Amino acid sequence: MPLGAALAVFAFPGRRAVVIAINALMGLPPVVVGLTVYLMLSRGGPLGVLGLLFTPGAMIVAQVILVMPIIAALTRQTVEDLWFEYREQLISLGVTPRRAVWTMLWDGRITLLTAFLAGFGRASAEVGAVIIVGGNIDHLTRVMTTAIALETSKGDLALALALGLVLLAVSFAVNAAAQILRDMVVRAQG
Amino acid sequence: MIAVGLILGLALNASGVSADYERTIVVASTTSTANSGLFEALMPRFTEETGIIVHVVAVGTGQAIRIAKAGDADVLFVHDEAAEQAFVAAGYGTERRRVMYNDFIIVGPSGDPAGVRGMSDAPAALARIAQARAIFASRGDDSGTNRAELRLWAETGTDPKHASGTWYRETGSGMGATLNTASGLDAYALTDRGTWVSFGNKGDLEVLVQGDQRLFNQYGVITVNPERFPHVKAVDARRFMTWLTSDEGQGAIASYRVDGQQLFFANYLAPGS
Repeated sequence: MPLGAALAVFAFPGRRAVVIAINALMGLPPVVVGLTVYLMLSRGGPLGVLGLLFTPGAMIVAQVILVMPIIAALTRQTVEDLWFEYREQLISLGVTPRRAVWTMLWDGRITLLTAFLAGFGRASAEVGAVIIVGGNIDHLTRVMTTAIALETSKGDLALALALGLVLLAVSFAVNAAAQILRDMVVRAQG
Repeated sequence: MIAVGLILGLALNASGVSADYERTIVVASTTSTANSGLFEALMPRFTEETGIIVHVVAVGTGQAIRIAKAGDADVLFVHDEAAEQAFVAAGYGTERRRVMYNDFIIVGPSGDPAGVRGMSDAPAALARIAQARAIFASRGDDSGTNRAELRLWAETGTDPKHASGTWYRETGSGMGATLNTASGLDAYALTDRGTWVSFGNKGDLEVLVQGDQRLFNQYGVITVNPERFPHVKAVDARRFMTWLTSDEGQGAIASYRVDGQQLFFANYLAPGS
């Protein structure tokens, strides 16, 4: 989020290029990320000595790469709109750009929940990358989505569907909690 | 971005979520053994006896071999004898042992449009399917089953890849996923018996061709060479191999049943091993 906000507030040469790059990375195909991380973390790859392949750590690496651009890009958009509104005022108050970044983030926190939820949605629904780098190992790197893929391939469609419903319920609960939080904050302010 | 991910990943691992203090080995194996449920039956017994936790990565045989060749697994447990021997000969593995066998079967829709029911000559049955241009679902993923299927096609003199996308459909996925496809398309498919018996979505499919010598399906276990990859857990890997081929491991394999049917036949000590 700070990355996104900084992109909105600081003007520097090549900012447009970075913004375009971050926006484009929102659409990163998970399997490509999975394959790249796999090659990096494999014992034959540059980061092989870390021994991270087929561990939860490898899955986190992949997820961070997938989720970060989404959160950064959505944050940038939100903060840019706020910045447009507040800019004159903050500058006249002599606020440094660094302080301004935090002010924007705090002020836009309710709207920024959406960025968080988008990132959460991407991460929790993701299967392509985590199955490649995690290996879908039972009790270690098997997550809801890869378990659904496995049960489907076993032909146990009922269990696969049930797991899918649970995942959906979890996602629903997180989003509902976010909505309630938002309403509470709005009410407290209003 | 990558750096942040790495730091998070390492921090989590160091915090013990992956439990480095536990003894674990990574076994690269095939979807046919994983989808049949065999590992869920075997591994708890091995872990109870030795304290070693087994992490199974289930992919096609071709990919499993590549994972082991990159040093990303401690043990290889697959089914392609020629490729396994080549793996050891090239110095990637220290020792190979036969573990068990089952057989491949050709399944297809009960209507049997190509008329192969009851045949025991597998290549002849495939030739008939090709002639009828009946839909055939192939793994198409360089797995052990896929390689066995292509060897059978080679004997027919027909190259099904020319028909890829028409009646010959390459799914590029695991055994279970391919059976799902076959079930949905009313297609023929070559499968190992283990996956078939435990498969839950058979639909209109049934076993049509079996009993050919060429449908024999041998599984082998190989320990990855620590001289080549110093980080592999050679001691624990060897323990796993000796357990699988011990009386106890072989007994556990032979007693694994789904719907009353034995899926794998332990044969480490069978003549010729």
